[in-house]
Amino acid sequence: MGQITLQGVQKSFGPVHIIKGADLDIADGSFVVFVGPSGCGKTTLLRLIAGLEDVTGGAILIDGKNVVDTPPAKRGLSMVFQSYALYPHMSVRGNIGFGLKMAGLAKDEINRKVEAAAATLNLTPYLERKPRELSGGQRQRVAIGRAIVREPKAFLFDEPLSNLDAALRVQMRIEVTRLQKQLGTTAIYVTHDQVEAMTMADKIVVLNGGKIEQYGSPLQLYERPANLFVAGFIGSPKMNFVTGESAAQKGAATIGVRPEHLKIERDGGGGWQGTIAVAEHLGSDTFLYVDAGPLGMLTARYIGELSLHAGDRVSLVPDPARIHRFDQSGNALRN
Amino acid sequence: MARKSTTRRVVVSTIGAWFFGFLIFFPILWMVLASFKTELEAFAIPPSFLFFHWTTENYATVQERSDYVLHAMNSIIIAGGSTLIALLIAIPAAWSMAFSPTKRTKDILLWMLSTKMMPPVGVLVPIYLIYKSFGLLDSRIGLVFILCLGNLPIVIWMLFTYFKEIPRDILEAARMDGATIGRELVYVLTPMAIPGLASTLLLNLILAWNEAFWTLNLSTSNAAPLTTFIASYSSPEGLFWAKLSAASTLAIAPILVLGWFSQKQLVRGLTFGAVK
Repeated sequence: MGQITLQGVQKSFGPVHIIKGADLDIADGSFVVFVGPSGCGKTTLLRLIAGLEDVTGGAILIDGKNVVDTPPAKRGLSMVFQSYALYPHMSVRGNIGFGLKMAGLAKDEINRKVEAAAATLNLTPYLERKPRELSGGQRQRVAIGRAIVREPKAFLFDEPLSNLDAALRVQMRIEVTRLQKQLGTTAIYVTHDQVEAMTMADKIVVLNGGKIEQYGSPLQLYERPANLFVAGFIGSPKMNFVTGESAAQKGAATIGVRPEHLKIERDGGGGWQGTIAVAEHLGSDTFLYVDAGPLGMLTARYIGELSLHAGDRVSLVPDPARIHRFDQSGNALRN
Repeated sequence: MARKSTTRRVVVSTIGAWFFGFLIFFPILWMVLASFKTELEAFAIPPSFLFFHWTTENYATVQERSDYVLHAMNSIIIAGGSTLIALLIAIPAAWSMAFSPTKRTKDILLWMLSTKMMPPVGVLVPIYLIYKSFGLLDSRIGLVFILCLGNLPIVIWMLFTYFKEIPRDILEAARMDGATIGRELVYVLTPMAIPGLASTLLLNLILAWNEAFWTLNLSTSNAAPLTTFIASYSSPEGLFWAKLSAASTLAIAPILVLGWFSQKQLVRGLTFGAVK
C-alpha cells in the first residue's frame, strides 16, 4: 500500500515561503508527476514527503498515518536522486543491497533480492563493478535498482533523467514507466520537462511559485487547463494567447488557442491575418511563427509538410470548439 | 585550443622539471654528503662535491654523544600523539561544520585559521610561564598538547574541505536507505573520507615531526625530540657541520621514509578537489 495525502503542507526557509500550503491526494499505485518551472518548489515538496526536510506546517499522511515527525528511514519510501547518489566505494551489488543490509536481512536473502532486481534492470553482468566503471544510463539503473529492491510504499524520483542524453532519456522514460506499472508501486516523479510529465504520468501536479496550480490527468490539463499558467505551461509549442477585441467577442479577457488548433489558410481567408516570420519544416510537422500585427506573434502547427515560407501572408482560423477562455485574473471560464 | 606536445617541448619541460626538482632537493643532498665528510672537508672552500674522504665517523660520534633512540622515541610520541588527538577533536568539528553549517561557520573557520597567523613567539612567555606553573616543561604531555593545539586549525580546515567534497545526496541516499547516523558514519562516510583522513594524518605527522619552535623552547632533555637533538650540535663550542649534518640526517630519515612510501597519498590529499 502506498497512499499519500498532503494536508496544508507548508515550508519556509526563514522568511521565504517555498511551499504555500499544498493539498494533494495520491492514490495507491498511481504515477504522479510534479512539474513546474525551476524554483517552483517541486523538489522541496518531494523532499518534504521523503522526510529530508521538515515541514513548517501541515500534515503528510502515508497510508493514513501522519509521518511529519517520522525520520526518512522509517517512512518506507525510496528515492532516486538526480545525481544518482551511488555509494562510490561499493560495488553495484553493495549499492543495491545497502538498504536491505540496513534492514538487517540475512545475507543470502539480500543476494537473492539484489540479483532479482539486477535481472529486471539488465544489470547482472555489472554486479561486481564500481559505479565509476559504469555509463550514465547504467548508473541510473543502479539507482533505480536500489529503490525497487526494498519494495517501498512509494518511489520518489527527483529529476532522475535530466543527466542523460536525449536518446537515452526517452528509453529510460519508457523503462521507468513500464517498471512502475509492472510493480504497481506508487510513484512521485519530479521534472521540469513537460514532455516527461505528459508521457509518464497518470496524474500531473502543476506547481508554480510554491502553489499547486492544477492537479489532473495529462489530457485534462491539456484540454481543460484551469488557468493561464497551466495553459501556457502544458503543450508544446506553447498556447497562443490573444487579448483585446478578439477575446472580448468571446466574452473573455484572454483567449487561448493551441498551435495545432489553428487552421492555416492562404491569405484572403477569414481569421487572423499575418506574415510568416519563421517557418520550421520538420517533415512530420510544420511550425509557422506568424507576425499577426496587433495580435503579436502567433504559432501555428500543421501536421505534415506545408510549403509556405518566411514572408508569405497567411490567415489563421481558430477551431471554435478548441478556444480556451480566461477571465481578468487568469482563471479559466467554463461554458 | 589544445597545446601541441612536440618532442622538443617535452624534452625542454622534462629538463626544466628535473632542474627545479634538483634545486629543491639540493640542500638535503648537501646535508647527507656533508655528514660523510670530515669536519675539515665539511666547510672547505671550494667545497668538494663527491670526491672527498668518505667516513662514517660522524655517525659514530653522534651515537656516542647523544641518545638517538630516546629522542626518536620522543619524536614519535609527540608527533604521533598530537596528531591522533588533533584528529579526534577535528573529525567531529569538521564534520558538524561541513554537514550542518550555520551562519557563523565561515567565521569560526576563519577565526581558527587566524590563530595560525600570529607568530608563536608572541605567546612564548605566557605559555612558558603557564607550563612552568603546571610542571609541564620538558614533559611529553606538554609538547603533545601544544603541538596538537598548534596544528588543530590546519587539521580542521583540511578535514572540512574533504568532508565538504562528499556529496550531500549520497548521505541522504543512505538516510533513505534506512541507515542511522551511526551506520551512515561507518558504512558510507568513513570509507569515503579515508583518503582525506590519511593525507591529513600524514601531513600533520610531518608538521609535528619537524616542529622546532615549541619543542626547542619547552624541552631540554627528557622530553626532547629530534629537533632538540639536532640543535644540540649547533651550540656553544662552535659549529660542527659534519656532525650537525649527521644528526640532521638521522633526524629526518624516519619521516623521509614515511613520506617516500606515502607520497601518492600525500599528493592526492594536497590536490584533492582541485581538479574535478
